[in-house]
Amino acid sequence: MNWPHRVVVTGLGVVSPVGIGAGDYWNSLKEGRNGIALPSAALPALNPKQPVGEVRDFDPLRWFGERELVAIDRVAQFAVVAAREAVAQSGILLEGALSERTAAIVGTGVGGALTMDEAYRRVYFEKAARVHPLTIPRLMPNAPASQVSMHLGVRGPSFGIVSACSSATHAIGLAFQMVRAGIADAAIAGGSEACLNFGTMKGWEALRIMAPDTCRPFSRDRKGLIVGEGAAIAVLETAESARARGAEILGEIIGFGMTADAADLTNPDVGGMTRAIRSCLEDAAITPDDVDYINAHGTGTLANDATETAALKAALGVRAAKVPASSTKSMVGHALGAAGALELVATLMAIRDGVAPPTVSYLGPDPACDLDYVPNEARAMPIRTALSNSFAFGGLNAVLAARRFA
Amino acid sequence: MADVTADVIAIIAKKVPQERRGAINPGDKLQDLGIESIDALEMIFDIEEKFGVQVPYNANSATSEFSTVTDVVTAVQKLVDEKASTAGAAE
Repeated sequence: MNWPHRVVVTGLGVVSPVGIGAGDYWNSLKEGRNGIALPSAALPALNPKQPVGEVRDFDPLRWFGERELVAIDRVAQFAVVAAREAVAQSGILLEGALSERTAAIVGTGVGGALTMDEAYRRVYFEKAARVHPLTIPRLMPNAPASQVSMHLGVRGPSFGIVSACSSATHAIGLAFQMVRAGIADAAIAGGSEACLNFGTMKGWEALRIMAPDTCRPFSRDRKGLIVGEGAAIAVLETAESARARGAEILGEIIGFGMTADAADLTNPDVGGMTRAIRSCLEDAAITPDDVDYINAHGTGTLANDATETAALKAALGVRAAKVPASSTKSMVGHALGAAGALELVATLMAIRDGVAPPTVSYLGPDPACDLDYVPNEARAMPIRTALSNSFAFGGLNAVLAARRFA
Repeated sequence: MADVTADVIAIIAKKVPQERRGAINPGDKLQDLGIESIDALEMIFDIEEKFGVQVPYNANSATSEFSTVTDVVTAVQKLVDEKASTAGAAE
């Protein structure tokens, strides 16, 4: 199909357990630095024995005024901090007509979980008569998108996207489609999550899928996922506008595929995953032989990793065995609604630097997972085209394709 | 010590299709009874609530642990007995 525009990325921003700032984040991933650890003193309500992917050393007062902070939950703080970095790097001036033609699309899995937890604790536990007056605007799942719009001056199509672990990939995918089609000239898109709170973690505990040790995607003896937090935002714009501004182009988004399993609520489905990957390849007008690297969904659960492996084989055929597919969740945990954006940043950086980031904590092969997962050490290799997979609870799958811009 | 078999089978029965509820035997495999992942989670939740115990269960390594009805009964019996002896020691 002939679309009006090619879509490029000119800015990236990250808040993660292994670094605040896209550069620090990527350097950590390349070094295989593991950000998964027991909760810090800042999270006294959590099970002290359950490791998490926590963003440490995030001082809100470094980024926001005291008055501003009253209205903004941690999940939206992360999104705004990442968006500011991405917009600054891009150099895009969100003023006048361009600001009205720019979209802000930010996914989240849970929304303002800390605000909700705090409000419920007050009324249920402390029997308080009332909660903070800004409880609702802090906890609404569109708050990250709204706060990004307000803080950055984005006046075009703006909204939140919710599809659990695929939220950020859906957000970037939709932004890509809008810019490609000429519906928006630019987009500030990504995802954010901050749900390391007592109530949400109790819910994860009840699902019985958290690893008691660490996240070991695709490895034998893997014991589940590790819940994380963070945010990542990308600035998308047309190739023409990036060139006209003389902006540095960090990579091109060339395709997006999305499907639903319409099957099990929590169990992954090989058919749905396979169709999403195929649909992305088709949208990008590429073949399996074009794919050089895959940033896998790779949660570390028994079911996801085996099913994703089967889907990669079904979608890519013989090429699957030749393409490195790593999971950076092994280093930051599963940041749910932010995961897809954190992983797209890793994918774009992998293309730019020619380095596939590793799957750390890998102990050895599992018969059900027999592809090349870049175990434990990053690998220098030419990468021109790469995929980033996200597969969510509720059977919602989203896959992005990115390429070196030329 | 209290035998938990009847209570555990009653909890399992709630997750089993109506027509099979009356005929659950200790040797039956949970999978053959139609108990899938989410049913198993609910079953464990009900057991913990009923007996006031914490069942060590991770869905990522559970396939072999709780294969049959007897596996579940044995595990719960052990936890209930442990709880009783801890409580006794505290008195």
